[in-house]
Amino acid sequence: MADLDELRTTFFEECEDLLDRLGSGLRELAGGAGAGPDDTVHAVFRAVHSIKGGAGAFGLDDLVGFAHLFETVLDGLRAGRTAMSPALAEDLLRAGDMLDDLVQASRDGAPPPAESLARAVAGLERHADGDGDDPLDDFVFEPVALQLDAPDTAPDTGAADPAIWTIDLAPAAAMYMNGNEPAALIAALAGLGPLQVAARTQGVVPLAGFDIDDPQLAWRITLAGDADRAAIDHLFDFVEGLARITVTRGAPDMAPQADPTGSAPPAAPAADEPAAAPPRPAAQPAPAAAPATVRVNLDRVDRLANLVGELVITESVLSQSLAAAGLASNGEIAGGLDRMRHLAGEIQESVMAIRAQPLRPVFQRMERVLREAAQATGKSARLVTTGADTEVDKTVIERLVDPLTHMIRNAVDHGLEDAATRRAAGKPEEGTITLTAAHRSGRVVIEIGDDGGGINRARVRGIAEDKGLVSPDAVLAPSEIDAILFMPGFSSKAEVSAVSGRGVGLDVVQREIQALGGRVGIASSEGAGSAFTISLPLTLAVLDGMVIEFCGQTMVLPLASVVETMGRADTTIRTTGTGGRMLATPGGLVPMIDLADRFGLRPPDTAGDPGVLVVIEGDDGSLVAVTADRILDQRQVVIKSVEDHCGAVPGISAATILGDGRIALILDPEALLHAAGAGPVAFAGGIA
Amino acid sequence: MTHRILAIDDSPTMRGLIARTLGEHDFAVTLAEDGADGLDRLAEVDPHLVLTDINMPRLDGFGVIEGVRGHPAYASTPVLVLTTESSPELKRRARSSGATGWIVKPFDDMALVGVIRRVLGVPLG
Repeated sequence: MADLDELRTTFFEECEDLLDRLGSGLRELAGGAGAGPDDTVHAVFRAVHSIKGGAGAFGLDDLVGFAHLFETVLDGLRAGRTAMSPALAEDLLRAGDMLDDLVQASRDGAPPPAESLARAVAGLERHADGDGDDPLDDFVFEPVALQLDAPDTAPDTGAADPAIWTIDLAPAAAMYMNGNEPAALIAALAGLGPLQVAARTQGVVPLAGFDIDDPQLAWRITLAGDADRAAIDHLFDFVEGLARITVTRGAPDMAPQADPTGSAPPAAPAADEPAAAPPRPAAQPAPAAAPATVRVNLDRVDRLANLVGELVITESVLSQSLAAAGLASNGEIAGGLDRMRHLAGEIQESVMAIRAQPLRPVFQRMERVLREAAQATGKSARLVTTGADTEVDKTVIERLVDPLTHMIRNAVDHGLEDAATRRAAGKPEEGTITLTAAHRSGRVVIEIGDDGGGINRARVRGIAEDKGLVSPDAVLAPSEIDAILFMPGFSSKAEVSAVSGRGVGLDVVQREIQALGGRVGIASSEGAGSAFTISLPLTLAVLDGMVIEFCGQTMVLPLASVVETMGRADTTIRTTGTGGRMLATPGGLVPMIDLADRFGLRPPDTAGDPGVLVVIEGDDGSLVAVTADRILDQRQVVIKSVEDHCGAVPGISAATILGDGRIALILDPEALLHAAGAGPVAFAGGIA
Repeated sequence: MTHRILAIDDSPTMRGLIARTLGEHDFAVTLAEDGADGLDRLAEVDPHLVLTDINMPRLDGFGVIEGVRGHPAYASTPVLVLTTESSPELKRRARSSGATGWIVKPFDDMALVGVIRRVLGVPLG
């Protein structure tokens, strides 16, 4: 049996889906597009309605109250009492955002954001019509367990002496047709006190003349005890209007005789009940069939991914031991190993696929970010997204939200010009921000573009010089000036703006993306806009690596950053005036890092000639050559965090377990580049 | 005797809550995800009572009521509507479709069980 906490989790997971549906529905409504306004309104209504239903069950009153008001407005729209207007669209969108916030606040047990809640409530109340429940009265929600029709008479004040009720029950056909069983009603009455039941058969006709639409059987029930009138009425609430029911205080002989065959009380069915309900089209148009899914706790998937990683490692350990035992040439064993390696690889891919999720929810959140940023800056902007179905590892997706949020705000705040400037440049007043995602050679590439003014490089350079980030006589290529934007502490706005401000710059974005194994790039053209490109690995769990050895240590370099490898014999090494060594390449001199020295494996300057040189490239295109004794292998390695156990180790990003069971550290190329002081600009505050 | 209940709701949260509450009170609950799914399972479950949400994709609660009432074997099986909507108009419509009764969400555990027992004629507590 699911416990309440689990159900709560289910509820919040369901809310995510519902909020997604709500968001897209609201955007369709606002844009006047979509499958048809009616269907969209219904879908939106259902989403809010379901959130309200679940929230009520968990006593999330703020959420219920707001959802109820939201629902009231949508109901007006659904019933055609309210017409769609730009103002309503805006208030609905804001209400959708608010509902999202309230769900998050409820999940985190945080207080609701009072100020924006009040704004959203005020926005909705403008459109709440009087026809539904009064939203103002209803806003303080009180759970109602059962909707009861008020008893038609006030409870008897009970001066009447004998604690006996006489109840006459004469069902009409409709009562039977709705599945209300007189025996069940009588049984329920028995719960209130001792009963005597007498069937009244006066009107009952012989079976041959029986008319199913005109039942005549009735009952007189005497109920002893001190049951109150409301409790009795409560039991009859479903059959009100479907049976003639009289409830009187006193024993039968004292009670006024209710004439079961008389016509005094209105015959059922009640007047407001159309005898034959017009058949309504029951089936609603089916939405596009969604693939069947099952919700799995992420921990379980992670555990599975981890186990598969172990399996891959075990497979290589086994294969090495067999080779060592001289059994690898045995055809059967070799064949078996091969199949096993193949299967392990496939399982690994399947597990990665489980973790993969479409970017759509993140993209949808960005619509809101854009809206808010546009509002705050007074600019008019729209978001055009493509490739929202591109799948990325779930962990990556979660950690993309902050950087993307920052970049979208940045694009609106710094990228787009104000309306007047845009008009003068012959552009539409409404700016366009594009958000695209695509898979490109084993990575995911996300681009945030704007049709603004592009990077004002002269200004960027000026600010950088003022801040002492670059020397005034440095010769910088346009791309090098663009790279300044990522320098810590650089902000091209004189004062921190309320929108993209918060004191963080693109350097933080870059760090966050790098922490995901990703890179950020910029392309900008004056007057036409800028585009930021984020390139990310598909997964954080495995890495294509080059296994190298130096001074008896085995380490792994991420293959993605390896540009070139060369033997010592093929290279020319120059020594600089300061004693540093540089590798001469056709493109120029590349700084060298002696890894053994760098990790303190031997005293400085005692290095002989390295066996090999591996040239690695940083995200900004800078190069460094690292030295090693030899290259052992090129393989996929399973990433194991070292930070959890050892804290951050400069120069090391993670660890892995090799085929022979030994642990190897995975080198962090960016940290090595920083250490070499490489790159067009010496970045301040390097890692090591 | 254990009563079989077919509970139809498109919300996993609500299905979980219903299963939990009714399971604790010795009802045998079968869950369906929407009206169409519910009607598909009707004969297989052979319920003593059907509990249905109103707003659902594919087939809504009114469709469920009509489907149950249209099935000769279940024409008089109690159908309770479980909904967050409580307007009199909705109740009228539910009733004219053939609903036995209604329960407003969020439901109180004992109220839900109480109503089901009442409709099934199981003595209360």
